[in-house]
Amino acid sequence: MNCSRRDFLKQGLGSTLVSALPLSAFTFLSNAEARAAITNANTKWGFLVDTTKCVGCGFCVEACKTENEIPRDAPVTRTWVERYVVTNDGKTHIDSPDGGIDGFTSRTIGEEEIDSDDITKAFFVPKLCNQCDNPACVQVCPVGATYQTNDGVVLVDRDWCIGCGYCLMACPYGVRFFHPKYKVADKCNFCYHRITKGLDPACVQSCAFGARRIANLKDPDDPVTRIITTERVAVLKDEYGTKPNVFYIGLDANVR
Amino acid sequence: MTEEFIIHGVEWTIKDLFVYPNEYIYWSIQIVMYPFMTGLVAGAFVLSSLYHVFGQRELKDIARFSLVFSLALLPVAAVPLLLHLQQPLRAMNVLLTPHFTSAIAAFGIVFTAYALIVLSEIWFIYREYFVAQFHALQETGGLLNSLRRMLYGVLTFGARDVGEEAVAVDHKAARILAAIGIPVACFLHGYAGFIFGSVKANALWMSPLMPVIFIMSAVVSGIALCMLTYIAIMEWQAFWRRRKGGLAEAGEIMGAGTDVIARTSRYLIGFLVAAISLELLDLIFRGYTAMKSWDILRSVMYGKDFVNIFVLQYTIGNLVPLVLLLLPGRTIRRTVLALLLVLFGVFMMRWNVVIGGQAFSLSFSGYMHYHMPIIPHSMETYKEGLFGALTVIVLPFVFFWIINKFVPSLRGSAGQTPLP
Repeated sequence: MNCSRRDFLKQGLGSTLVSALPLSAFTFLSNAEARAAITNANTKWGFLVDTTKCVGCGFCVEACKTENEIPRDAPVTRTWVERYVVTNDGKTHIDSPDGGIDGFTSRTIGEEEIDSDDITKAFFVPKLCNQCDNPACVQVCPVGATYQTNDGVVLVDRDWCIGCGYCLMACPYGVRFFHPKYKVADKCNFCYHRITKGLDPACVQSCAFGARRIANLKDPDDPVTRIITTERVAVLKDEYGTKPNVFYIGLDANVR
Repeated sequence: MTEEFIIHGVEWTIKDLFVYPNEYIYWSIQIVMYPFMTGLVAGAFVLSSLYHVFGQRELKDIARFSLVFSLALLPVAAVPLLLHLQQPLRAMNVLLTPHFTSAIAAFGIVFTAYALIVLSEIWFIYREYFVAQFHALQETGGLLNSLRRMLYGVLTFGARDVGEEAVAVDHKAARILAAIGIPVACFLHGYAGFIFGSVKANALWMSPLMPVIFIMSAVVSGIALCMLTYIAIMEWQAFWRRRKGGLAEAGEIMGAGTDVIARTSRYLIGFLVAAISLELLDLIFRGYTAMKSWDILRSVMYGKDFVNIFVLQYTIGNLVPLVLLLLPGRTIRRTVLALLLVLFGVFMMRWNVVIGGQAFSLSFSGYMHYHMPIIPHSMETYKEGLFGALTVIVLPFVFFWIINKFVPSLRGSAGQTPLP
């Protein structure tokens, strides 16, 4: 058979296209879509923080670090508590020494000692990963090592993360950090290993004041879900369009 | 902090006022080097294409050089990323499971595509030379020469027809590749800008202008480095030949051709003006719209980073070289000074974007200061410190030296054989 190079390329390209055509009948599913398609997703995890109940004891931070093997002395943490003190000169003083793990016993914020008489209001705000519906961290991961499960929690694959830090940069809440031991991205996952077995997350269990509670947002009878759906709650930084799933009661305009 | 574990970023970050506990300067000097180096690659390629595509004959010498130099710069564009990764051995994962919603995922593909374009363009341009060398070395003896001949034989890939028609095809192919290469080079770098510009969490980075600003300053820095290296090498060769040949021959020997330099600097000025205009537009727009983040951005730009941005970048890095290049009676020495300042200005721009973008907390209530590790005391402080950056700067010149041995791109370095 006489076949010139041009004809060979032409026919080669043609047959490749024809054989590829049936493949286009398949659609690409995202991780969450694929899982949702094969598993019965009747769970979606959410979280409720009642800032009016938090006293800033820091037990949640301690419990979290113990449970999730983040060294206690490491200056990174999966959850932390912020203290806000608004003084009568209109200034807002914020601190979170070591994530608040040792509680807040000092009157000094930054370098300023605050007089009780100057305080107009003061409160604590616990922070953790918001397990966003539209997670910026998942979007920017170049290798798909961080992904969203069909029950809404965002996880990190420690064996696949390359440690580029793009997700650390993309998270508007600053919840991500590099794990001191594994050298990969790390963050709160609502204690996924516990909640999937019917246990409470470590921080929820350790909170003596009921300031932190976990919810199944798909279960209308869940008491926490009922609070989220029937009472006035807010989320952090909704201007970023991430659609967070951690809801706050008593969120102040000063909270960053 | 105990010394048992190293937390990335803690070493060189100093926090001020309220910063979230997990916030550190995670992207440090190597991420400054990354857009700087890719910028040089893209710029060098665009400069070479000005001759190959747009037929700017005056640029012939520097075009050939800048194409080969862009090949030498290419592998170095990936080095800062490798040095920065916490898990460098997993770098291949980006190619194995690219997650295409991420700007970084395309890096491997764009980078490889661009490398293929540069390599094949060089091959088409140098094929005639390879064949000539292959035949010329036949007559010479010695093991080294036969090895070289073998290498050139392999480099021709068996295509040893140097008839008029075949060479014409070569030229056409090179021109087409150069034309395709321009958008790809711009994409390679524009998307480095996109990596930053698309981070919605970062108030300083998020801007649709970011990719365009990156491309403009890339071309500026690429042209500047090519001119600088070209001048340095040509002057060095002229100096040596003058010493060897005595004064009699000195008249014939010219260093860097002044018309080449004049022509190239005109392009440099054009791109420089475009880059500055875009950056100022971005700045004015941020100030005018004064979004929530403007308070902290203003305090960083006009306060903490004032010297870095307005003195080092805009004045010394942009304004002064612009004046130096525009004033009449330009000399080679003044051009060299201007080029050095231009390179410094582009570097400072990268610095102010990468480090400046992390100079303030996501809480908008605090600041972070970057203290670059100078003397390394661990692998981490070497990689993400001064010496890591210097390694990245030196590598392209080492690569160029090696590549130029086989693919000579400078007048005088090829011996008697005429250059393509």
